[in-house]
Amino acid sequence: MATLNVNGKDLAVDADPSTPILWALRDTLGMTGTKFGCGQALCGACTVHLNGAPIRSCVTPISAATGQKITTIEAMASDRVGKAVQDAWVKHDVVQCGYCQSGQVMSATALLKTNRKPTDADIDAAMAGNICRCGTYARIRSAIKDAATQLA
Amino acid sequence: MNTTAQTSRRDFLKTTAITSGGLLMGVPLLTFGDAQAAGTLHTPSAWVHNADDNTITLLSARSEMGQGVYTSMPMLIAEELNVDIRRVKVAIAAPDAKLYGNALLGGTQLTGGSTSVRDGWENLRVAGAQVREMLISAAAARWNVDRSELKAENGTVLGPNGKKATYGELAEAASKMPLPVKVSIKDPKDFRIVGKRTKRLDTPAKVNGSAEFGIDVKLPGMVYAALEQCPVIGGTVKSVDAARAKSMPGVIEVVQIPDGVAVVADSWWRANQARKALAIVWDEGAGATLNDKAMLEGIRAASKSGRPLPIKAVGDAPAAIAASNRVVRAEYVSQLLSHSPLEPMNFTASYANGKMLLIGPTQWQDGAQGAVAKAIDMKPEDIGVQTTFLGGGFGRRIDLDFIVQAAQISKAIGKPVKLVWSREDDMTHDFYRPQSVHQLAASLGADGKPTAMTFRLTSQSVTGRVFGLPNEVPDDLMMEAAVAPYAIPAIHHDAIKHDAGLRVGYWRSVSHLLNAFANESFVDELAKEAGQDPYQYRMAMLAGQPRFANVLKLAMDKAASRPLPAGHARGIALMEGYDTYMAQVAEVSLDASGAVRVHRVTVAADPGRMVNPDTVEAQIQSSVVFGMGAALMQEITLDKGRVQQTNFHQFPVVRMSEAPAIDIILVESTEKPGGIGEPATAVIVPAIANAVATLTGKRVRKLPITADAIKAA
Repeated sequence: MATLNVNGKDLAVDADPSTPILWALRDTLGMTGTKFGCGQALCGACTVHLNGAPIRSCVTPISAATGQKITTIEAMASDRVGKAVQDAWVKHDVVQCGYCQSGQVMSATALLKTNRKPTDADIDAAMAGNICRCGTYARIRSAIKDAATQLA
Repeated sequence: MNTTAQTSRRDFLKTTAITSGGLLMGVPLLTFGDAQAAGTLHTPSAWVHNADDNTITLLSARSEMGQGVYTSMPMLIAEELNVDIRRVKVAIAAPDAKLYGNALLGGTQLTGGSTSVRDGWENLRVAGAQVREMLISAAAARWNVDRSELKAENGTVLGPNGKKATYGELAEAASKMPLPVKVSIKDPKDFRIVGKRTKRLDTPAKVNGSAEFGIDVKLPGMVYAALEQCPVIGGTVKSVDAARAKSMPGVIEVVQIPDGVAVVADSWWRANQARKALAIVWDEGAGATLNDKAMLEGIRAASKSGRPLPIKAVGDAPAAIAASNRVVRAEYVSQLLSHSPLEPMNFTASYANGKMLLIGPTQWQDGAQGAVAKAIDMKPEDIGVQTTFLGGGFGRRIDLDFIVQAAQISKAIGKPVKLVWSREDDMTHDFYRPQSVHQLAASLGADGKPTAMTFRLTSQSVTGRVFGLPNEVPDDLMMEAAVAPYAIPAIHHDAIKHDAGLRVGYWRSVSHLLNAFANESFVDELAKEAGQDPYQYRMAMLAGQPRFANVLKLAMDKAASRPLPAGHARGIALMEGYDTYMAQVAEVSLDASGAVRVHRVTVAADPGRMVNPDTVEAQIQSSVVFGMGAALMQEITLDKGRVQQTNFHQFPVVRMSEAPAIDIILVESTEKPGGIGEPATAVIVPAIANAVATLTGKRVRKLPITADAIKAA
């Protein structure tokens, strides 16, 4: 029985150590905000923060997260930067199907936590791992810049 | 997911849908977030559910897959009902084609063809008006006053002497009023909701992780399934040794179904791990020899030997071309594509006591019900379907294979089960956008303009595969955008159906993309042969086509208002699709590797009347990016019947750094509403092809336009 610290809470997880964090979150802990898109760290839908840094939870085993802090989309509303990103997403009506957006919000939040005034190139780099099949990129870019302004 | 929604699911099968006199009674709804009505639900109509706690649920008969019907459908109802769109709840309708069928798609309850707003434009406003009148009648009866003294505003019926009653207070009485046959609906100039930029109602839930997609469904006692299908689509199981898989942690059962072998476990990860331990001998079937190059050659051969089905003929174009000494001929080829929505195929099925409940992402509610009924020999009325949000559709979720599979597994194990495909399953077991070959020819007159044109499309009929359309019957959906709007004295357009052997599906914009790529590339080639500017060349042939000429001029003027950097070129294209008229200008360059970079796309669209202009813009942005992938980077190939691309490293999707700036001009119009979910997907492809040809002097006539394709051209 592993213990994972998720959104500030220690949670017992009955799963094999090699289980990706994604499936421990979704199937064991019932936290389905983090999405499965590719299973190969190619699409970014599963992005969570490990000690504040964005990681692809579909390829990161729970054994690599023991004793560390996992933060998911479910905690963003109570995070100053995460909330600003979510508000900007609403203001710009970014979403379409919405399936990738948990991952997009997590990557954008991680960017703005370390870079309060990202350039277009910074945004390209930070968001490169997050596919949006609906093509909402223009609005994501606008929303990130708007959130940066709100946080300034 | 909240508790009430769970309860409603469990209770779903205990209730009966009774339709009488247009009233739909007692059907619990799957809604999202906290949207489940807490009060007693009264149902004045199939479209509006008033509860006595003053919650109003508006139904969307169409699935929300990103295109915004979760907002636009309620907007149309709310306009006449006179309620605040931000205070209503939304639910996706249960299968009932009589009530919710799509008249533009033969009456079936299907989301596709950019039809939702076009089909709902009048129906939903009438539905809203009917309920408004029933509420007024209820208030008139309660206060014993004449209906003419009452009006319904902002969720309240107002009467003389300050009398007022909320819709919720009137809900029960209104539900017993006769459904008015004739109602008046607003003149569009009086619209307060329709036509105004309106925030999507599903955004908050989609940015905090609470929106429920099919893959997020949970039922009490639910188990998880991973399905091993034959690597050759259509292959079947000869034998299976599941002993090792069954011994793996968490595995509950291994079940053989017609499409393969399912491992059922207490988590999806465990099911999918154990699945890798299955030892299956396959009968690969007829598909085992397929490869995409031979398929393409088969299509090309059929273009000469097949039976042409007429599209349009004016004059004697073949004779005019045969007699001309200035003829341009070109062949254009489009590739196989997967849909690859970001949410992999999945569905949840729960079989118990002779009833089946299906929950998940589908574009075709009554199709799902019918297919499952047939596959497991049940009555359709014993099968409930609840539609979650769709993590993308693009046509893939019109198909029902994964729903039938989930139902078969649940029936076999007698438990609720969620079947989830891996990305690899999804990419290798799609219903693919078919390949196509176009052969075009035109003769040019002394002024350089075409005197005659012939057009032959050879491709596979998706409608034949999905709906069993006979081979000798023309497939209207193959022919869309086949006839360009240009004034050409003689034309002869036809199409040949050829089954290349791989299962094919409707893919965003369907044949519009294939036909627009050929037609709009060709007109640029004609302009070049004539030594004329492609814009002026087109304009000269659009004299009788004001909506086309207007969008072309708007797009070109806007694009040309910016200086064109050195090393960049522009390409233009136009099309009518789904009653929407559109022109695009793409500005491109080549990067150091020789790959195309799209910097900016200017779109002018005349979609007729708009319900939510912000959604119209969003759909254009989406479609441009979606079509770019098809134009530049995506191709499905087959070897020995196996799809060679398994994940996004081999089937790339446009990413943030590759996404162009998109300028959009929307034409205000009083024309009937056009569809907007798809047309821009088609138009961007020839716009890019034409820009690349202008930039490099090389014409790439086969998609995708990769660096290698340009070098080889």
